[in-house]
Amino acid sequence: MAKTKTKKRGGDAAAQGVDPRSSGRIVPWLFVLPPILWICTFSLIPFFNTIRLSFTDSTLLKPGKFVGLENYVNMFTDRRFQTAFFNSSLYVVCIVPFMVILPLMLAALVAEKTRIMNFFRTAFYTPVIMSSVVVGLLWTNILDKDGLLNGTFKALKWISTPIPFLTDRWLLLFSAMAVTIWSGLGYYMLIYLANIANIDGTLYEAASIDGCGGIRQFFHVTLPGCRVTMILVMLLSSMSAFRVFGEIYMLSGGSGGVGGADLTMTMLIKQEGTGINARTGYSGALGMVMFVVLGCIIGIEWIVQRRSED
Amino acid sequence: MARATVMENKYNHVTPGKVVRIVVLIALLLFLAAPLLWQISLAFKGPKDDMYAAPYLIPVDPTIDNFIQVFNRLPILFYVCNTLIVAALNIGGNIISGCFAGYSLALLRFKGKGLVIGLLFLSMLVPGETILISQFLIIRNLQLQNNLIGVALPGLVSSMNILLFMNAFNAIPREMIEAAEVDGANIWQRFWRICVPQVKGTMALVGIFSFMGSWNDFLWPLIVLTDDSHYTLTLGMSRLQGTFVSDPRVVAAGTIVALIPIMIFFLVFQRYIFNGLEAGSVKE
Repeated sequence: MAKTKTKKRGGDAAAQGVDPRSSGRIVPWLFVLPPILWICTFSLIPFFNTIRLSFTDSTLLKPGKFVGLENYVNMFTDRRFQTAFFNSSLYVVCIVPFMVILPLMLAALVAEKTRIMNFFRTAFYTPVIMSSVVVGLLWTNILDKDGLLNGTFKALKWISTPIPFLTDRWLLLFSAMAVTIWSGLGYYMLIYLANIANIDGTLYEAASIDGCGGIRQFFHVTLPGCRVTMILVMLLSSMSAFRVFGEIYMLSGGSGGVGGADLTMTMLIKQEGTGINARTGYSGALGMVMFVVLGCIIGIEWIVQRRSED
Repeated sequence: MARATVMENKYNHVTPGKVVRIVVLIALLLFLAAPLLWQISLAFKGPKDDMYAAPYLIPVDPTIDNFIQVFNRLPILFYVCNTLIVAALNIGGNIISGCFAGYSLALLRFKGKGLVIGLLFLSMLVPGETILISQFLIIRNLQLQNNLIGVALPGLVSSMNILLFMNAFNAIPREMIEAAEVDGANIWQRFWRICVPQVKGTMALVGIFSFMGSWNDFLWPLIVLTDDSHYTLTLGMSRLQGTFVSDPRVVAAGTIVALIPIMIFFLVFQRYIFNGLEAGSVKE
C-alpha cells in the first residue's frame, strides 16, 4: 500500500484525511486497540496476576507476601485438593469414552437430510441449550429420594429404601456424570454431523453395492471417516469434563457433597477464592494447576493427532 | 450431497432397516426426553396427585397453581430483565468490538498485526477457571461487585469472536473494496457501507451465541452477584433448589418457565445455530 501523508491526527480527521488507497497508521490501531486492551485487561493481565498470586499468601483483604512455592507444596497435604483433583480426573476418564462414541452413533443415525431426521437432530440437541441450573433442577427431581427413579424402583418392588443418588459420595459423582453425558450428547453429535456430511458419498454407494448394511457401513465408512473428528471430540470433552462445575454444584445443592467429598477443581477454586475468608493466593495456585492440566490435555491430543495423521 | 441422493433412492420404499432405525430413534428420543416429560407432568400435578405413590405421567388433578406459585415466590420477570440487560450488553459489545478489530486485522495494513493476533490466540489458551478469581478482584476493585455491569464486563470482547469476524472480512472480494476506493470512498465509508453489510451472517452468529452464553451463564454471575437484588435468571432459578422451595411440583414449574424463552429462541434460530456449529467456527 502507498505511503501515507498523514502524520498524527485524531479519529475522524485521520479517517477523512488519508490518501484513499491507504488507511494511515492511526486508523488500524484505532479500530483494533480498544478490543485488544479489553482482552489484556480482562484476560491476559488476570492471567499474570494469577501467576503472581499463586506465589503469595494473599487473602481477599490483605495483599499478602511472597511465599515461594508454599501454596503448591501445601496442595500435596490438602485433602480437599486431593479429592477435587481426583474427582475431576475421574470425570474425564469416565466421560470421554461415552462422549466420543455415543454422539458418533447418534450422528450416523440422523445424518440424512430429511425432514424427519431434522426433527430428531433438533430433539437430540435440545438438552445442550439448557443451562446447567435447569439441567440440575430437572435431574434432581429424577434422582431425589422421592424422585422418578426411586419411585419407579419402589413401585416395582426392587428396593425398599431409596437409593441415595444425590447423597452418596460415589453415586452423586456418577449421577452427575450421567447428567453431563445427557446434556452434552447433542453438541458432539453436531460436530460429527459436519464431518459425516463431508464423507464422500460414493463410499457409501460402493459399500452398499458390496452388500454392506447400515451397521457395517458405520464401521467401514463412517467410523474411519470420522477419525480426526473423534480426536477433536476427545479434546473438547476431556477439557470440559475436567472443568465440570454446574452439574455437581446443582445436584449437591451447592455443597459439593457430604463433607465436600464430591468437590471438583472448579468448585474448589470458587470456594477458596470467594467469601470473606477467601485465600486468593491458594486459589490462584489451584487455577495454575488447572491451566497446566488443560495445557497437558491439549498437548497429549496434539501428539495423538499428529501420530494419527502420519 | 451425493450421499443424500443415495439415501433417497434407498429409502423411497419402506425397508426393514428403515423401520429398525426409526424404532431405535424413537426409543432414544424417549430416553433423552424423559426428564423433560417428567418435569412437564410434575408441573401440572395438583394437590390430589400422590407424589409418593408409583410414578405416573398424566396428572389426576391437573392445575396451573404451581406456575402461579413460582411467580409469587420468585420475581422471575425481574430475573429475566436482569439477564436480558447482561445479554444485550454482551451481544452489542461482541458485535461492535468484533467488527472493528476484525476489519482492521483482515483488511488494513499496520505494523504489529502479528503481535495482536498472537495476543488473541494466547488469551484463548487461558482457561476461564484459572483467571476466575483475578477477574473477580478486578471487578471488586472497580466497585462493580453485585452489579450487572460487573457481570457483563469481562465478556464484552472475546478473542474468538474477533477472529471469526476477521475470517468473515477476509472473505470479502478485494475487487469490491478496490472499486469503492476508486470511487473515492474513504476508509470509514469502505468499512461501514461496503464491508460491514457483508458480514451480517457472522453478526447473527456471534449475536446468537452471545445471547445463549449469557442466558445460561452460571459460575461467573454466581461469583459477582452477592445478593438477590441483581440476580440473573440462572441464579434465581438455582434458589429453587434446597430449602427455599421444597415442593418438587413448584420446582418443575419453575424450570419449565425458565426453559420456554430459550426454547423458542433456539427453534427460531436453529438453522443459524446448526450451521454455525457445523462450520466448526464456534467454541462452546
